[in-house]
Order: sequence, then structure tokens, then C-alpha cells
Amino acid sequence: MIYNEEFETLPREALEAIQLRRLQATVARVYHAVPFYRRRFDEAGVKPEDIRSLADLARLPFTTKADLRDNYPYGLFAVPLDNVTRIHASSGTTGKPTVVGYTARDVQTWAELMARSLTAAGARKEDIVHNAYGYGLFTGGLGVHYGAEKLGASVIPVSGGNTRRQILIMRDFGPTVLTCTPSYALHLAEVAEDMGVSFRDLKFKSGLFGAEPWSEQMRSEIEARLHLKAMDIYGLSEIMGPGVAVECLEAQNGLHIFEDHFIPEVVHPETGEPLPWGTPGELVFTTITKEAFPLIRYRTRDLSSLHPEPCRCGRTLVRMSRVQGRSDDMLIIRGVNVFPSQIESVILETRRFTPHYQLVVERVENLDQLTVLVEMHPELFSDAIKNLQAVERELEGAIRETLGVTVRVRLVEPKSLQRSEGKAARVIDKRRL
Amino acid sequence: MNVEQISIFLENQPGRLAEVTRIFEEGGINIRALALADTSEFGILRLIVNDNEKARELLKDHGYAVGVTEVVAVEVEDRPGGLHRILTVLARRGINVEYMYAFVRQSGRNAVMIFRFDDIPAALEALAEAGIRVIEGAELYAM
Repeated sequence: MIYNEEFETLPREALEAIQLRRLQATVARVYHAVPFYRRRFDEAGVKPEDIRSLADLARLPFTTKADLRDNYPYGLFAVPLDNVTRIHASSGTTGKPTVVGYTARDVQTWAELMARSLTAAGARKEDIVHNAYGYGLFTGGLGVHYGAEKLGASVIPVSGGNTRRQILIMRDFGPTVLTCTPSYALHLAEVAEDMGVSFRDLKFKSGLFGAEPWSEQMRSEIEARLHLKAMDIYGLSEIMGPGVAVECLEAQNGLHIFEDHFIPEVVHPETGEPLPWGTPGELVFTTITKEAFPLIRYRTRDLSSLHPEPCRCGRTLVRMSRVQGRSDDMLIIRGVNVFPSQIESVILETRRFTPHYQLVVERVENLDQLTVLVEMHPELFSDAIKNLQAVERELEGAIRETLGVTVRVRLVEPKSLQRSEGKAARVIDKRRL
Repeated sequence: MNVEQISIFLENQPGRLAEVTRIFEEGGINIRALALADTSEFGILRLIVNDNEKARELLKDHGYAVGVTEVVAVEVEDRPGGLHRILTVLARRGINVEYMYAFVRQSGRNAVMIFRFDDIPAALEALAEAGIRVIEGAELYAM
């Protein structure tokens, strides 16, 4: 089923005509409304009227997460705050969150794209959506919520956590569509098994899973254990939130990007050079309908590739492959963005540790766990175990307070961590997705 | 003079203890007593050796985090109730034993236990009052 038959099945030529018109309007608007863009465009020697075809998009400069940080909190908003009806935020590289805003129309657009996404995953107005994405500053919860309401479905705004209660709600309320992170889906399966509740007896038929990397193997596991069809959904708060792209039930093979609202590109992660469709690289998005927080050529750091081949679902929208990784070292731990540099600064602020540390990411019982290894050194040493454990707990507390993520700290022997100039050795990702 | 104990931070991994004993063998260090306290991730190896200074130098040269702790060596009568008597004396005075372990003795009638107390002066006083013999460092290293 297709929610918006007209816009999701446009012939490419018509789609590109709409994209160009909307791009030109967006570029003109940000040039006049946002000093940052005017300066950047001027530096690059591009005027809004130079954008005569979609190929001219490549003449515009990139926008990065660092630009968002530099313009914290409202510097990139393109409308007066009066017109902003919603603000969301996600964690950034230095503890400062990334702040995004929505006008009333942006919220409606988002709801429409989430309604399209839910429909692509098989949801109808008769369905009951169990929405276990977190509600709050994170875009997941409210994004799905508004989409489900727009579709006319019933939504259970259960949010994250309190898993045993969620199982009881699933059993008693009979939801038919599940939305949450893929790791939480597997966690739900485990807790249900512990409680003697079988997903076989529940009413779920499909689910939308996203906000963290996963794999085909995880899909098979989720489908087998939860007895539903599992679809991937993609989004990031900077661009909008969930609903930038979604897999269809018919093919389950790549995520259709809603190109009437976002223009995707894939570029070389180091040179920034645009790559032809089909070639893996870094995803770059330009929003072409957003009012409050438009973004021009935003570097997502997500690695993927674009595939224009026709899809059996009938959508003509290009498909992006499942995200294959990151071109920076950002980790996503239970939905929280974590950069090794943030952990490093907490370690160094304590002034008790050497700057040698290593991060180990594992998936334990389907939940991501981050362990921080720090080296013992003579000043820290005590021959009493409780003192050493106190040192570990203290750093865990400092990291939790600063980054909002729960980690395990482990002391290791002096000089036992690999010395390296590069950042690769800092992170060991043991998650088998 | 009380007894000096050296302690070493070790990760809980195969081969870590063997590495320490190899260093001692090469350096001609004799281990007189040892105890290992461990969690699932790391351990603290506590040792009394015949030459503390040399052992510390060797370990530091090999990059270990080494600490020195003052402990008390107490003679324990080798009969049922021998250790109990000592612990009773300490308990009555409210002295806490952080940890203790046995010292290997080649001959002699009595056993020796190594104690780590939170309050060493109070412990020494209590032991002296009860007529329990405390063994000096120099005597112990040579045993």
C-alpha cells in the first residue's frame, strides 16, 4: 500500500522538476534568512540564481555537525522563533546538543512522511501502533506518534523502558505494529520469553525498526522471534527525524527516500566528491521543504549507496542501502550518540588517568554495552579492591553525568593499551549485527 | 619494624601471574607468602618476598603498578583454636581485619599469619596485651 500515491510514484522527470523548484526556493530563502548560509555561499562564489539544474547542487558548500555546534542553539533557524512550534535536540560532539526546530507546517510534513513510512511497513488506519521509541527531546517517539495519528491508526505512546509492563500491554491491548530500536525489539523478545508470553500469541504483523545500525541477520532474528515482518526506517533529527527513508513490506530491500522532500547525494567521505549512484559513500541530504531548519548538503557521516532500480512496491523513489557504518567514529549506544572524544575529555578532566583509553562496544543480551578501559598507574593504585572499584565507579558516574550514557569502566594494567596516533584503535566494536 | 608487603595490579587474564613469577625467577627473588584478591576483571597480588626493594624495582621496570603496604605478621599457635584466640582479641577491641593470609614456614611449631588492619597501632597494642607474638620484618624475610 502507498499512502501518497501521487508523490511516491512520480515519474523521475516530474519528480526532478519538483525537486529543482523546491531546491531553488530553499536556497534563495536560506541565503536571505540565515547569515551563515549567505557567508558560505558568498565564500564559494555561488548565488541562489546560479542553481539552474539539480547538478548545480554540487556547487553549494557542505554543512556539517560542527556548523550546527558553532551556531548553537538557534543560529541556523530560518524563521523567527515565533513561528517555531517544536524544538528537538540530540547529543553533539562536545556535550552541546544539536538543536532543531519545526514550524507547524514542518510538523505536518513530518507526520505525513511518517504516515507514508508506517503505510510502507503495512500499517493501516485499523492498526494499533505500540510505539516504544523514547518520547522527549529524541525525535523517535513523537515522530512515530504524529505519523500514526495522521494515518488514523491508534497509537500506544508507551515510550522506552519498563519492559515487563510493555509485555503486559502487548498481551492485553493487542497492538499490531511495533516501533522501536532493533536491539530493543530483541530485548522485548527475551523479556517476553522470561515472562512466559509468546509473541506467537500476540497480534503483531509488522514493525519499523531504526535509530541504530542493524543487519539482515538481526532482521531474520527479529522476524523469527517476534513473529512479524521487520522493516528498516532511517532518519536523523538534523534532517527531520524518523521518516526520511523507509523500507517497503513488498521488497524489504533498501529504504525509499522521500525525494520530494529531501535530495540525497552520496559523496566520497574524504574528498567530498559526488559519487555516481550505486557507489558506496557518505550520505548527504538537502532538505527542500523544511521551513524552520532547512539544511543544505548536510554531511550525515552515514555510509550507504543509492539505487534507482524500479521497486516491486511501485514507488519510484530511489532506495538507499542499509547504513553500512559511519565515516567518523561516532557510536550509537542505545540511541545515544557518543563520540570517543567526549569520553576522552571526561577522562582527562578527572586528572587522574593517563590519556590512554580504549572503548569496547559489545551487544550483551541484545543491548549495547560500552566499556571504557583506562590504565592503572602508580598514583591510583591501592592494594584494596574496594578502592580500585571506587575509582571505576567514580569515572562511570562522571561519564553518565556528562554524556547521559551508562558505561562500564575497567582498569587495566599500565601500558597495556595499544599506543596509536590514529583513532581506529580507540574503539573496538564487537557487535555482531 | 612491621612487615612490608608489595602488591601488584594484574588483569584477570591467563598468563599474567606466570609473567610475575618469571620476572622473580630471573631476578632471584624468593616468594615467602602470597595472596591473590580478585574480581572478575582484575586482581591484586599481595606478596612478601625475601628482597622487597629489588622486587619492586624489577616490577616497575616491567611496567607494573606496584604498591607497598604495611602488614603485621602474627605467630599463631598450631592447634585448634589458635587463630580463633587472636581474632577474638581483635574483635573485642573493635579492630577490623581488612584481609589476612598464611605465611609458609619450613619448620617450627607455630604458624604465621599476615594481617592487614585498618588501625595497626591499636592492633599491635591489643596483641601485645594478650601476649601474642608479632614477628618483625627482618626476622620474617629471613625465615
